[in-house]
Amino acid sequence: MRIPPRYAQNIAVVLLGGATALALAALVFIIAFVMVKGMPAVNLKFLVDSPREMGRSGGIFPAIVGSFILPLAAIAIALPAGVGTAVYLAEYTLENRITRVIRIGTDCLAGIPSIIFGLFGFIFFVTVLRMGWCILSGALTLAIMILPTVIRTSEEAIKAVPRSYREVSFSLGATQWETVWKVVLPNAVPGIMTGVMLSMGRSIGETAAVIFTAGAALRLPTSAFDSVRTMAVHFYLLAREGISLENAYGTAAVLIVSILLINAASYWLMHRFISRRAR
Amino acid sequence: MKPAIEISGLNLFYGLFHALKDVSLAVERRKITALIGPSGCGKSTLLRVLNRMNDLIPECRITGSVLVEGRDIYAGGEDVCALRKKVGMVFQRPNPFPLTVRENVAFGLRVEGINEPGAIEQAVEESLKAAWLWENVKDSLDRSALELPLDQQQRLCVARLLAVEPDVILMDEPCSALDPIATGKIEDLMIELRARYTIVIVTHNMQQASRISDVSAYMLLGEMIEMGPTLQLFSKPRDRRTEDYITGRYG
Repeated sequence: MRIPPRYAQNIAVVLLGGATALALAALVFIIAFVMVKGMPAVNLKFLVDSPREMGRSGGIFPAIVGSFILPLAAIAIALPAGVGTAVYLAEYTLENRITRVIRIGTDCLAGIPSIIFGLFGFIFFVTVLRMGWCILSGALTLAIMILPTVIRTSEEAIKAVPRSYREVSFSLGATQWETVWKVVLPNAVPGIMTGVMLSMGRSIGETAAVIFTAGAALRLPTSAFDSVRTMAVHFYLLAREGISLENAYGTAAVLIVSILLINAASYWLMHRFISRRAR
Repeated sequence: MKPAIEISGLNLFYGLFHALKDVSLAVERRKITALIGPSGCGKSTLLRVLNRMNDLIPECRITGSVLVEGRDIYAGGEDVCALRKKVGMVFQRPNPFPLTVRENVAFGLRVEGINEPGAIEQAVEESLKAAWLWENVKDSLDRSALELPLDQQQRLCVARLLAVEPDVILMDEPCSALDPIATGKIEDLMIELRARYTIVIVTHNMQQASRISDVSAYMLLGEMIEMGPTLQLFSKPRDRRTEDYITGRYG
């Protein structure tokens, strides 16, 4: 039986709206749940103090520091490598078997569970290279983990830059590299930033890849070769070891707020960049 | 005087497709040469031979000789970037970069490594004046070029090109996205520019070719059918096929 178009239209609106509402509800529920359970534990002391008694009391300042340093370091490593790969794939090679293999490889890499990266980082960086549990080991591991995301989003962003921009640039006597540097990359920045934000979100919430490589030290790190604990790891340990559920939720609340703040700041920076370029 | 551009025995293939067949053409200095012909006749392809923009198409192959100012631009070891600075191009659609008016004009200079504000300022003003755009934009150099009306965008593209001081200007249907009034402005500009530059224009518009060009060349299916002074080509074409086309009996 055929549904009359007018009803079909209404049904579609209801179904699509319902799907959206469901997605939003899940998001709001999770955030609200964590906030309600966590906010009572959060106060200024909690934010600026060091943990005491394994985190049963005291604050989470070193974990906040770790949660920012590790992802930032990972992005600092993955961004040049990832954007470089994307530029190479999109601008310097023709589509052929090799680029397809690289692309399939990156896609596979993106699907690997983070604990595998954690084990790899533990064996390779921590053990074989004798770097030990430290910020550098953790950042390198996270960098490998987010590399596929950075490559693919950057490549899409680069491909989305209109062909006519490149043509004009070449027609004015620019070389391939000048075209990439002065025309393609600046116009691809918003898309590349999307990848960076996704990666930032993924690394800041990461536990498995971090706990095996950066360790879980409660002290404030003083160099790249110190172990560090992130908020996500802190939350995991507090909850799993049953040390303090209140502080675990407190940590989770701070983590979520941090992620929201990072996203807001990135959007703001991106819009400033766009409007500075063309206004 | 030797012609600015001399093409002889040019063949161009896109893969197996033979797009230009034994084309010969001489472009005189400081004249406007119009390439006319139906869609797909190869006139845009021929235009893009002159600044080697066809290099961007991987399966494109070329035989024959193309001399620009006496140098074979397809001989090995030619500096393509230097060639493209000498032989500039205006495209079918106005295509300013999403930058300010000033930065659009300054683009070619910055590519050459010229960043000194005074030099940029001077080149921007001179180029915009030469493209008859200065009066329109002198107070809005820092606004986005994308906010300009289409004909001003196209003149901005001309200014951006003039800033790199070319000898030859290639125009690929530069008015096809513009209304008649805007088209008139661009045509007047071309006539003005003829005093200093050699211009080759591809156009679908027969009236445009007859209004502005000194020399016209009619192409059909990749072949150069007839070439001569515009007045003569339009009044007394030698070839039957040219006559059919310019009188609208083509096809």
